[in-house]
Amino acid sequence: MAKELWKGNEVIAEAAIRAGCDCYFGYPITPQSEVPEYMSVHMPKHGRIFVQAESEVAAINMVYGAAACGLRAMTTSSSPGISLMQEGISYIAGSRLPAVIVNCMRGGPGLGTIQPSQADYYQSTRGGGHGDYRTIVLAPSNIQELADFVQEAFDIADYYRNPVMIAVDGMIGQILEPIEWRPVKRRELPPKDWATTGKRGRKTPNLVTSLFMDPEDCDRMNQLMGENLKRIEENETRYEAIGCDDAEIILVAYGTPARIIISVLDELRTQGIKAGLFRPISLWPFPEKPLHDYVAKDNVKLVLDVEMSLGQMIDDVRLAIKGKKPVHFYGRAGGIVPTVEEIIEAAKKALKEAK
Amino acid sequence: MAYIYKRSEGLRDIPMHYCPGCHHGIVHKLVAEVLEEMDLLDEVIGVCPVGCAVFAGDYFNCDFQEAAHGRAPAVATGIKRTHPNQPVFTYQGDGDLASIGAGEIVHAAMRGEKFTTVFINNGIYGMTGGQMAPTTLIGMKASTCQDGRSAEQAGMPMRMSEMLATLDGCVYAERVCVIDIPNLNKAKRAIKKAFEYQMAGKGFTFIEVLSTCPTNWGMTPLKANQFLKEKMAAYYQLGVVKDTAQEVK
Ligand SMILES: Cc1ncc(C[n+]2csc(CCOP(=O)(O)OP(=O)(O)O)c2C)c(N)n1
Ligand code: SF4
Repeated sequence: MAKELWKGNEVIAEAAIRAGCDCYFGYPITPQSEVPEYMSVHMPKHGRIFVQAESEVAAINMVYGAAACGLRAMTTSSSPGISLMQEGISYIAGSRLPAVIVNCMRGGPGLGTIQPSQADYYQSTRGGGHGDYRTIVLAPSNIQELADFVQEAFDIADYYRNPVMIAVDGMIGQILEPIEWRPVKRRELPPKDWATTGKRGRKTPNLVTSLFMDPEDCDRMNQLMGENLKRIEENETRYEAIGCDDAEIILVAYGTPARIIISVLDELRTQGIKAGLFRPISLWPFPEKPLHDYVAKDNVKLVLDVEMSLGQMIDDVRLAIKGKKPVHFYGRAGGIVPTVEEIIEAAKKALKEAK
Repeated sequence: MAYIYKRSEGLRDIPMHYCPGCHHGIVHKLVAEVLEEMDLLDEVIGVCPVGCAVFAGDYFNCDFQEAAHGRAPAVATGIKRTHPNQPVFTYQGDGDLASIGAGEIVHAAMRGEKFTTVFINNGIYGMTGGQMAPTTLIGMKASTCQDGRSAEQAGMPMRMSEMLATLDGCVYAERVCVIDIPNLNKAKRAIKKAFEYQMAGKGFTFIEVLSTCPTNWGMTPLKANQFLKEKMAAYYQLGVVKDTAQEVK
């Protein structure tokens, strides 16, 4: 199939439509407003539903309503809007509903900046709202992956009855790249016999709820959810490793910094420094064991974690490595993308300190 | 054997947790009867609030979703937009609808979402133990205004029906109560009319039910009914607030 030039945010929208997204609810915010704009034009053309909600709070609850009817529902936003959605995401997880949420991250805290950032790592991977849930978080680092992951996300959400978040920095939402609309992995999905569709044909009504007044019931629900999360950890961990087999330094990064590090690796290797990249693709579940196994090898002296934040993923990196090797950090916060030169300098500095 | 009276098919055979004299149960019954009479029980999807009616989904014999506090109108929007031919309703208290969910109800009404909202205005937060609501009357005591609500400190009580009636998307708003049989019959007719308008695709329909909370008002059920009649209905006028559905195509 021929390659086509597509912008990140429009890919998010088009991929959702191709994946059979039945309804989209959103509220404008930079740098992702192209998503609701595209959806407002194209969803009706496919006979699907678009509503511009009055707020992100409303948008995520519209998703709840539609998802609880068994439909493929989606919303997208950027950091401040995703903060507002946390209540709804918690209810979606608590009611065991599938949904797809895209966070096109910008610099925070507060109103921050509209420039790209990765400062919502904690919020994305620790649940974000109240309660013992997790969202499955996929972090594409190019537009092709974005197209693939958004399409896959609907199946993953339906398969596990768990919200899936696509976390990209604003850069990935804004850039144009040639991509191919290729088929993605489809799963055999369980029937949505829990959905509220009107009780016709059923003996008992369906009730979609996250309320379990009896603590025994609430514990049982949580245990069930926990087992599901374990299953996700076992089956949905994704990562990419480049040049890690012989590396003396392993750089860990996702999203935009990971792309930049591809150039860093080439440059360092021409200078005689064996550098590798470990790129978590699923931020939750975090690829803990593969990272540990690469880093534990004798050739690896140290790890350099690179983020567009003050350092959040570094906690997961440290947990994975279990103190086996030193972990250094380089990051730019507030909407600045680190350059190849800056990262090379950080890598050399870290190696010097290790000697 | 001929039945003179029986539980509506719209309600399940489960004991309700509502306090003695509380109007929630009565309003449940009216909604259930209307749904049964209109033969909508197999199609309808309800949305319950956070408040004393959080368990409504256990009582009604139809599909239900439990929404976050105040968000029922957004949840119902998600349902109705994707199921335009099925009846959808929210059932919400005054803390839920007029306070934390004020934004969601206003915008659902503005968009003319074609669902029905049954709004229980009991002038207080029932479930959390009797705190002040936006609808608490001036001078009425609540646990967060123990000397009675003052306008200076907390503003004037909110008339939701009148407020929503200013929006073109809201085609029908009526305020009713269930303190006696004539009023109860009127309330049922209003609920029915709302569902009829909804099924005819007219627009957003809103039934405000002035209700009692004997427990948190600190009154016997009869005293509470008296208070509703004399005090609440004086500030919140009973009757049709808006009915433009006839003209709406
Ligand atoms: C976000 C959030 N804030 C607060 C609460 C606690 N809460 C539960 S019910 C309720 C008030 C309900 O009052 P109302 O809507 O008047 O209904 P009633 O109980 O009187 O029927 C509150 C504040 C909550 N569940 N969620
Ligand atoms: S607390 Fe008030 S509103 Fe709640 S069930 Fe009791 S009487 Fe009814």
